[in-house]
Amino acid sequence: MKCRVCRGPAIIDVRRHNANFCADHFLRLCRDQTAKAIKEFDMIRPGERVLVAVSGGKDSLACWDILLDLGYDVDGLYIGLGIGDYSDASGDAARRFAVARGRTLHEVDLPRDYGYDIPGGARAARRVPCSVCGLSKRHLFDQAALDGGFDVVATGHNLDDEAAVLFGNTLRWQTEYLGRQLPVLPARPGFPRKVKPLVRLGEREMAAYCVVRGIDYIVDECPMAEGNRHLGYKEALNAIEATSPGSKHDFYFGFLARASAHFRPEAEAEQETLRACPQCGAPTTSDGVCAFCSLVDRAGGAVPVHLRPRGAADPATVPG
Amino acid sequence: MKVQLRNPARELDVPGPIAVTALLARLDLNRESVLVIADGILIPNDAMLPDDATIEIRPVISGGAT
Ligand code: SF4
Ligand SMILES: [Zn+2]
Ligand SMILES: [Zn+2]
Repeated sequence: MKCRVCRGPAIIDVRRHNANFCADHFLRLCRDQTAKAIKEFDMIRPGERVLVAVSGGKDSLACWDILLDLGYDVDGLYIGLGIGDYSDASGDAARRFAVARGRTLHEVDLPRDYGYDIPGGARAARRVPCSVCGLSKRHLFDQAALDGGFDVVATGHNLDDEAAVLFGNTLRWQTEYLGRQLPVLPARPGFPRKVKPLVRLGEREMAAYCVVRGIDYIVDECPMAEGNRHLGYKEALNAIEATSPGSKHDFYFGFLARASAHFRPEAEAEQETLRACPQCGAPTTSDGVCAFCSLVDRAGGAVPVHLRPRGAADPATVPG
Repeated sequence: MKVQLRNPARELDVPGPIAVTALLARLDLNRESVLVIADGILIPNDAMLPDDATIEIRPVISGGAT
């Protein structure tokens, strides 16, 4: 196997591009594809401050690494989910990376700061763990970005993630989700801009990127992911990809180019029904408190009581 | 040859030499879904693995539906 660029010994095949690459040219491919996605979808402008959502896994650490190498000003945000050993190990991976690159990692810890963990939240809300996890993370990333004065939140979603979500939404014709599945969601009142710089790169490439760069990411899967539909969709798509390389790319980018606009009016109509959550101020479609506050109300039984020293004034608001 | 697998973690003994693609086919693994790694280095798909090799087959699919 020879590198397509320099004809030196290759370390990886990227069948979607019908090409093999040596380590140096593979890293360059990853950076170039990220830069291309950023430009194509106008994700990040010069001088903007970026907050990357870091899980300790390959995609988010690769995303942070590549954005730094492309010259962007990027901090990380890690959310402790309270999922046993998995959370301990993933938090350590995120911290090690931040120290190695000399960048700031902001941290929120669900059990410490909000009084619940993902398994407990799922039980209290009678939802699947990934749904509780997703809504918690979205809320906390938005809030941290707005509070910290960041212009953009970046996530490590790769081509396989996006193709699998698209596959699931299409299987069930969830048209309001289809209208929102974009690599960039513009900022709106209460929401920072959200971007997915890795959409042009596959999952296998992101793992390979970390191996080549020596990034020590958490390889073991979150135990809550076991048997979820998303993994099944990825496997199904990879079975197609194995006989027909490029299928995932065509599926996702074909959707963006030729289908996604048809679903947008429905998603936009939903946006117009947004109002501010009476408890936290975040935009919500609900009549009462937002989904996050409702979760904290139900699951956050152990929210720490903030004892104040004798004689101190009542705090106007209880810190979350 | 020692082959380390994950999720769940286990170790297999497979007689070598064997080509990477043949090994993956034999274990019924999709080459899109794994990386083959030895000593922290990526092993290309056309490599021949000697009988005294120790390799890791690392899954690359990860799963939260968010
Ligand atoms: S697998 Fe589910 S619960 Fe685990 S981190 Fe991902 S979204 Fe959260
Ligand atoms: Zn090369
Ligand atoms: Zn709220």
